[in-house]
Amino acid sequence: MPNLLADGGRQLLLGNEAITRGLIEAGVGFASTYPGTPSSEVGNILEKISSEAGMYFEFSTNEKVAMEVSAAAASSGVRSFVFMKHVGLNVAADPMMTLAYAGVRGGMLIMSADDPSCHSSQNEQDNRYYSTLALLPMMEPSTPQEAKEMVKEAYRVSEELTLPLIFRTTTRVNHARGVVELGEKAEVKKVGHFDKDVERFVNIPAYAKMNRVRLLNLYKKAQELSESSSFNFTEGSGEIGVITSGVSYTYVREFVKGVSIFKIGFTNPLPEKKIAEFIKGKKCIIIVEELEPFLEDQVLRICAQNKLSVPVYGKRSGHLPREWEFSPDTLSGIRELVEVEQFSQPMAKVDVQLPNRPPTLCAGCPHRGMFAAAKKAAGTSDVIYCSDIGCYTLGVQPPFKAADFIICMGGGAGAAGGFDQATDQKAIAFMGDSTFFHAGIPPMINALFNNHKVVIVVLDNRTTAMTGHQPNPGTGRDFGGVSTEAIDIKSLVEGVGVKFVRQINPYDVKAATATMKEALEFDGLAVIISKCPCPLELKKQKQLVIREVAVDQDVCIRCYACVRTIACPALFKKDGNISTDPTQCIGCGMCANVCPTKAIEVRQ
Amino acid sequence: MKYTVQIVGVGGQGVLLASMVLGNAAMEMGYKVAMSEVHGMAQRGGSVLSTLRFGDDVISPLEAAGNADLIMGFEPAETCRNLPLANKDSIILMNLDPVLPSMVAAGFEEYPDIDSLKKAVLKQNKNLHTIDATKIAIEAGKSVVANAVMIGAVAAMKGFPIPKDILLSNLISQVPEKSRDLNAKAFEMGYSAMS
Repeated sequence: MPNLLADGGRQLLLGNEAITRGLIEAGVGFASTYPGTPSSEVGNILEKISSEAGMYFEFSTNEKVAMEVSAAAASSGVRSFVFMKHVGLNVAADPMMTLAYAGVRGGMLIMSADDPSCHSSQNEQDNRYYSTLALLPMMEPSTPQEAKEMVKEAYRVSEELTLPLIFRTTTRVNHARGVVELGEKAEVKKVGHFDKDVERFVNIPAYAKMNRVRLLNLYKKAQELSESSSFNFTEGSGEIGVITSGVSYTYVREFVKGVSIFKIGFTNPLPEKKIAEFIKGKKCIIIVEELEPFLEDQVLRICAQNKLSVPVYGKRSGHLPREWEFSPDTLSGIRELVEVEQFSQPMAKVDVQLPNRPPTLCAGCPHRGMFAAAKKAAGTSDVIYCSDIGCYTLGVQPPFKAADFIICMGGGAGAAGGFDQATDQKAIAFMGDSTFFHAGIPPMINALFNNHKVVIVVLDNRTTAMTGHQPNPGTGRDFGGVSTEAIDIKSLVEGVGVKFVRQINPYDVKAATATMKEALEFDGLAVIISKCPCPLELKKQKQLVIREVAVDQDVCIRCYACVRTIACPALFKKDGNISTDPTQCIGCGMCANVCPTKAIEVRQ
Repeated sequence: MKYTVQIVGVGGQGVLLASMVLGNAAMEMGYKVAMSEVHGMAQRGGSVLSTLRFGDDVISPLEAAGNADLIMGFEPAETCRNLPLANKDSIILMNLDPVLPSMVAAGFEEYPDIDSLKKAVLKQNKNLHTIDATKIAIEAGKSVVANAVMIGAVAAMKGFPIPKDILLSNLISQVPEKSRDLNAKAFEMGYSAMS
């Protein structure tokens, strides 16, 4: 494991590890997040080392709150870091837009970890546009080493401008690994003082109007800083110019020959004068950037304003795609314009039918039991399964097919209310415990307030599982010298006045089915809390008790109810016989619970 | 010099640990290193791919299709699925012990015959090296050290630019103290199986 608190030396670091080290070298005193891939590792590391690094760190209930707590720290003169995945910034956009008007005193970085190609996401939105929308400066690193250096410079820029700065990364930067030279650790200022200034920090209309002017002036200053930034540089030579940023730069740098490269790290505002100078006299310009034509459209404008009639190629010309992440292969699109290294002829796909291997719910995952129960209880009735963001998204797969509608965190429960009102179909909404606290409480209250007769199932597996088992309000926290108690979901739901509240153990699939039947028949909002810890988390905590499971082949009637309803990866069907894989099976007993002949025995 | 290893397998097989060991060994050799890993959702029993590139001047964390010098295949179907990452002259190291996808385990899909997978590779590439890494790991003491067996096997691959002792010392430094002997044993068994 890398040692991010080391005094120096070289280490092979993940982008997210390098960024975390950058925080330590920048003397950041406050950090907050809501976990989301590809940003999650930063939080997992800070959970372990923030105390020793002299930094305060928290997993906030959602990205909006994370933004607000970090904004307060920076307004009090403490350098702060708020980080999230790209869609998390949608949640946090509300405070960010006005925070830009107020500005900050200590440096503040907002890391938006975008996910081109949707490796672990529901969309591939390009968050660079948030920087132009909010008029905030933005920087984008290309490699782990550069990311670490850029973090330090970004804090300097943020403080010079008194504005938060958007630090935008993508999966192939966050999850790239490279050799990183560690620098000096900085002294940490953890406690500041908030000096009141209502004209800045209270954006009532009269002040907001003036702060908009203040922001526009700072944006001009940011432009000057971008012009002189060492993270915007040219290299190579040739009559064709390539303008690029982020990970795309690494592909151009290594595989495109004989061109002049303008690599942009300070990407908002752009160094317009330098770009115009770079373009002058070039035969043509190629813009290499992932997702939207963010640089490209601005370069076209810069050309127009400077009366430069140089052809600009990229997405608008159809040479490069707008969808999905780039790779060296993407550069084939510009082979007709420049020399791109020749790649070896790839082998053909094999002519053997290969089985699919999508990600699946783990062996013994309690979600399996709740999905099986819901499907059984609903039978053939017309139910819309609204799901959410988390492991249970995987419930979309057969045999469960328990996801018909997924948009965003907390979105399933909100939509369920709409379906209930606008259709004759029954709606069941699934969400996790962390999601419940993140954005699930308002739609639950909405259903109660507006009398939507829906079933909300909180899949409470006692952790934020999908992103790597972070604590959430339902578990309480115990790190960084702060201990808090778990918030009980059942009391909370009862407290707001929900009449039908049941807590069940999903490993008892039969009982869960009976409860779900009752909930479906209930005339009003019904909430089921399916409470059972994630086995992976138990394993990490060394608390997982594994029980042995045996299938009595004489009693088994080969009905396959076990594989059809639970479909656990630890269940095997070979030559018509069912057996369990002892290397995977944890002995949860869900399969035994649904077996009609009690052929599966869990040994205590 | 530039060298690319595409490490392919199934979430939970130790692909990430193997890439860390190889990457740290490359760094110790003084090479530049650029890697790309899969984290998050795909790890839940899905196919995983880790790209490792090292050499005198590498910066891109991804490699072009066809350009892999070596495919380190932790699982036969995954090795075959990723064949287009390599070319006819690349080295293909393939663990023959399968990990059955859940739909295969449950009897809804078929897993192809291992021999047919070997033949499918050999049809296009004569540098196929096969190993029963999981079986060797069990023989060594525990199935989880199959990744150490695979790293040992890589050390024996012709033309692999990192010497055996550097790979072994980096493996030892990456695993918990109590499992060092077991990993070293598995590494040696993997190496012997290939030489």
